[in-house]
Amino acid sequence: MDISFQEVSYVYQPKSPFEYRALHNLSFNIPSGSFVAVIGHTGSGKSTLLQHLNGLVQPTEGEVTVGEFRLKAGEKNKQLRALREKVGVVFQYPEHQLFEENVEKDIAFGPMNFGVPQEEIKQRTDEAITSVHLPKEILDRSPFDLSGGQMRRVAIAGVLAMNPEVLVLDEPTAGLDPSGQREIMNMFARIHKQKDLTTVLVTHSMEDALEYADHVIILNQGEVFMQGAPADIFQKKKELSEVQLDIPEIIQFLNQVEEKFNKEIPFHRQSVTELAKELAQMVKGGRDHE
Amino acid sequence: MSSSMIIGQYIPGNSVVHRLDPRSKIAMIFFFVVIVFFANSVLSYGVLTLFAIGSAVATRIPIRYIVKGLKPVWFLIAFTFLLHLIVTKEGEVLTTILGWELYKGALIQGAAISLRFFLLIMVTSLLTLTTTPIEITDAIEQLLGPLKKVRFPVHELALMMSISLRFIPTLMQETEKISKAQASRGVDFRTGSFKDRIKAVVPLLVPLFVSAFKRAEELAMAMEARGYKGGEGRTKLRELQIGRTDYYIYILFVLVVVGLFLTRN
Repeated sequence: MDISFQEVSYVYQPKSPFEYRALHNLSFNIPSGSFVAVIGHTGSGKSTLLQHLNGLVQPTEGEVTVGEFRLKAGEKNKQLRALREKVGVVFQYPEHQLFEENVEKDIAFGPMNFGVPQEEIKQRTDEAITSVHLPKEILDRSPFDLSGGQMRRVAIAGVLAMNPEVLVLDEPTAGLDPSGQREIMNMFARIHKQKDLTTVLVTHSMEDALEYADHVIILNQGEVFMQGAPADIFQKKKELSEVQLDIPEIIQFLNQVEEKFNKEIPFHRQSVTELAKELAQMVKGGRDHE
Repeated sequence: MSSSMIIGQYIPGNSVVHRLDPRSKIAMIFFFVVIVFFANSVLSYGVLTLFAIGSAVATRIPIRYIVKGLKPVWFLIAFTFLLHLIVTKEGEVLTTILGWELYKGALIQGAAISLRFFLLIMVTSLLTLTTTPIEITDAIEQLLGPLKKVRFPVHELALMMSISLRFIPTLMQETEKISKAQASRGVDFRTGSFKDRIKAVVPLLVPLFVSAFKRAEELAMAMEARGYKGGEGRTKLRELQIGRTDYYIYILFVLVVVGLFLTRN
């Protein structure tokens, strides 16, 4: 589903001493099927932005469009439920939302609320638990007996079981160990392709944005600071340092190689192994000229 | 979570009222609550109202915000007034509306009681508006200090108070977070039959309890790890101190009290 923000502003607790403007005149478009990373510092408005995608908050000014759904300032949208069925949100620390007596019921909770028939729910829970790489035996256990990483996966399965068309992820890997982080991100990348989703990833990690996203939006104090293809964005070292963001390690490395050998290696999402091969090639090539 | 409700909310600032020692504030408010009942003439009510409004202005919090925040209380005040008009039958009859007689005494008494009510709520909410919960509990602990002699667990009580006050905003945040997460999984907290709405609360309450218990355990562990062992011999990071401003305000307050008794009938 296409997503667009048109001059969206959002103010918390308007007309009180606590008034706080979280978003200022935000405008951008996300075409259907893209994987977008939203990056920014704490307080840059990331979380407020993602709540708009799901109708959890209403813009104070401007208009948000998600597919055929419109959220306009001052207008009540009566199809919030339908919108929420299409847009699945994995919140920060989603394991905090588990509550049922067993995993199966918890995963089925979303689909049940949206009125999915019983047989299909069964099929969807099975599918969801497989996509998060958990064994089916876990379905009968209490979610509170699981490890932190397993709880996170169960919570994610609960969102996937809603079969959303848009997947919104709010720092889905926060607090996991490095291998767990990688696994979860790879899982989202796979599901994104498999189900032809539109994915919005809110993250601090420049590395993740570079690796998985095809469009990056950088927020600063509630405004779009920069946006574009990750490989382009992450070249702009000076601008990024203005908003206290670092460029990803791999790009930093490529820049240093360029500085030292005066040779440019273009970034095309190569893995470290591929990069090593390219480097070897380059060094060899250099020797041939001698 | 109504954001316009200001009772119990603290608004940071640096006005005279903010800087007063919390013990002074609590003691003065306590006396104020008592002397409000001594007022019995227009002039004496005037003195008290002047004091209350003067203090409100001195907090430098926008008056409009205070007035708006007391909205739920306005209703109660109006209700009290109306009740008095209907029930009280004293003094001469002023007018008769549709066979119902309006007495002069009713008007006076209604106005007096409503004004008292207003003054009490106004002054007590000024305390919470300008004093952090921690300051309030510190002050209460000190003011109740003498009760230690009769083995009353003053320190524990104050600790309990400050812990629960400290966790109110955290729990509110948690509630909001979880209710948003469940709303995006299709729970509807606002519409539906009574039974449906009760059912909708379960997915909110269970995670909330789980996290509250976890938090309590973590806090207890952190306190033990740092060697916490209760009030005996414990020193304070923020020592409360009565300053010069406090003495000036005491003098002002005494003047108000004297003014009140001079203007009584």
